[in-house]
Amino acid sequence: MTPDPVAITRAEVAHVAKLARLGLTADEIDRLTGELAGILIHARDMGELDFTGVEPTTHPLPLVNVVRPDEVEPTLDRDEVLTAAPEVEDNRFRVPRILEAP
Amino acid sequence: MDRAYEIAASVRSGERSAREVIDGYLDNVAARNDELNALLLVGADAARASADAIDAVVAQGKDPGPLAGVPVVLKDNLCQRGVPTTCGSRILEGWKPPYTATVVEAVIAAGGIALGKANLDEFAMGSSTENSAFGPTRNPHDPSRVPGGSSGGSAAAVAAEFAPLALGSDTGGSIRQPAALCGVVGVKPTYGRVSRYGLVAFASSLDQIGPFATSVSDAALLLDAISGHDRRDSTSIADQLIPVAPSLNEGVAGLRVGVIEELTNGEGVAPEVSAAVSAAAAALEAAGAIIEMVSLPSTQFGLSAYYMIAPAEASSNLARYDGVRYGLRVDGDDLSTMNERTRDAGFGAEVKRRIMLGTYALSAGYYDAYYGRAQRVRTLITRDFDRVYENCDVLLSPTSPTTAFKLGDRTADPMAMYQSDVCTIPTNLAGHPAMSLPWGKGADGMPVGVQVLAPALGEPTMFRAARVIEDAAP
Repeated sequence: MTPDPVAITRAEVAHVAKLARLGLTADEIDRLTGELAGILIHARDMGELDFTGVEPTTHPLPLVNVVRPDEVEPTLDRDEVLTAAPEVEDNRFRVPRILEAP
Repeated sequence: MDRAYEIAASVRSGERSAREVIDGYLDNVAARNDELNALLLVGADAARASADAIDAVVAQGKDPGPLAGVPVVLKDNLCQRGVPTTCGSRILEGWKPPYTATVVEAVIAAGGIALGKANLDEFAMGSSTENSAFGPTRNPHDPSRVPGGSSGGSAAAVAAEFAPLALGSDTGGSIRQPAALCGVVGVKPTYGRVSRYGLVAFASSLDQIGPFATSVSDAALLLDAISGHDRRDSTSIADQLIPVAPSLNEGVAGLRVGVIEELTNGEGVAPEVSAAVSAAAAALEAAGAIIEMVSLPSTQFGLSAYYMIAPAEASSNLARYDGVRYGLRVDGDDLSTMNERTRDAGFGAEVKRRIMLGTYALSAGYYDAYYGRAQRVRTLITRDFDRVYENCDVLLSPTSPTTAFKLGDRTADPMAMYQSDVCTIPTNLAGHPAMSLPWGKGADGMPVGVQVLAPALGEPTMFRAARVIEDAAP
């Protein structure tokens, strides 16, 4: 599972930007390719360690589900929340189209 | 310099009015905030109104609480209903939260006064406050130098006497490192001790809110006011917590103190910083503590693990800034184009770098090599701490390897900037508490910080050690 010596390629950076919904410019992709490579190469020092019998830690506390009684409680004020939205229609968030027009 | 507990005592007794107190601090803000850019928003009118309300409570013979009339600065990633909260980002410029963070409610319930919102690295990602979309904060001790980060505005505000207390957040050192660089006290509490409800999330398994103050006693006052279970934060600790203030002055006789070898004498640690840690250890020994050198070998991999885990969590947390429900929107013909344009225009370079790094570390084919290894390093670091705490009550190390650097010195090289966090990161990975307190000045005249670390919920002991160090500090 050791990544190849070229830590990350420009094409991979462009692909990751797509996954992360970042519309990066060509200049940003160029710069990030070098910067991410530097960080990833540093992170390879972890490969020296022996992880036999070492479980991953996802969280500092033993997490348990936290539930409350199923009772109606006050929620955020709808009008106040919608005031912060870029675009609103009929008490809903309005967004550009998601599907192609038929 | 007025202590918060003295202000509270004099306001509670009616000796001083809260209005007189807030006016004094607002004068300090007016005199120097343009130069330092520590505060992004000063709520002068609201603060004066709150002060008048506190004075009215006192006039009725009632007690406004342990923070009576004490001005408190809030890092601008803490929500207060109706008050603009930017996180130092264009993507949230002008956003007014519809709710208030639990810590802010706690400060106000204790009689504290929210004075303003402090500058920060965008979404708390950085070590110098140079990543703010609203310009860098400058160090009050030397404005050509950084205040540290990401809570640089909070640290600078306390150092410049804009307020006696401030709140920050610490994900990899973002309270302790700026506290060290600005010569004030900064505390990162045990994960889960303080509610994160209303803190804008960066890396949820690491983030913790904590106090800045000019003294250990004041930090104790604010920590006790904000600690405790909160049903709105499912990771908040449900057990009854032991407050730190009551045992503050009990001394360190017989306390076992370990000095962390790797962090104190490691590569890149300035000799004057190592010397400060040794001197602080000697002060504890003189007060009756037992000192030994301890080794935590896995901490040398902390930086690598942190810069996979924190960006991975950030890439997920920051997915919510999509131009749909709040914040910036840059239009596009379809939803994806709108999302991509909004996020490219709204986020700064460091935030993009971390989102990219985190998305990559979590992506198919690389998960095991980067994120998976980082989570196992986290286990090793926690085991190292557990082993050392079998024989030690608290640990000592530097907070930052160096004193405050010049603006622009590390902005060109992300790895050089990340090195600033090497001494503070292991604590966050383990979920433990740690605090920074000043120990004299370096050859450049800038403050040096020493760090006291403790096991989970070891804050009372950590504060006792810090009190002794504070009294002995040059």
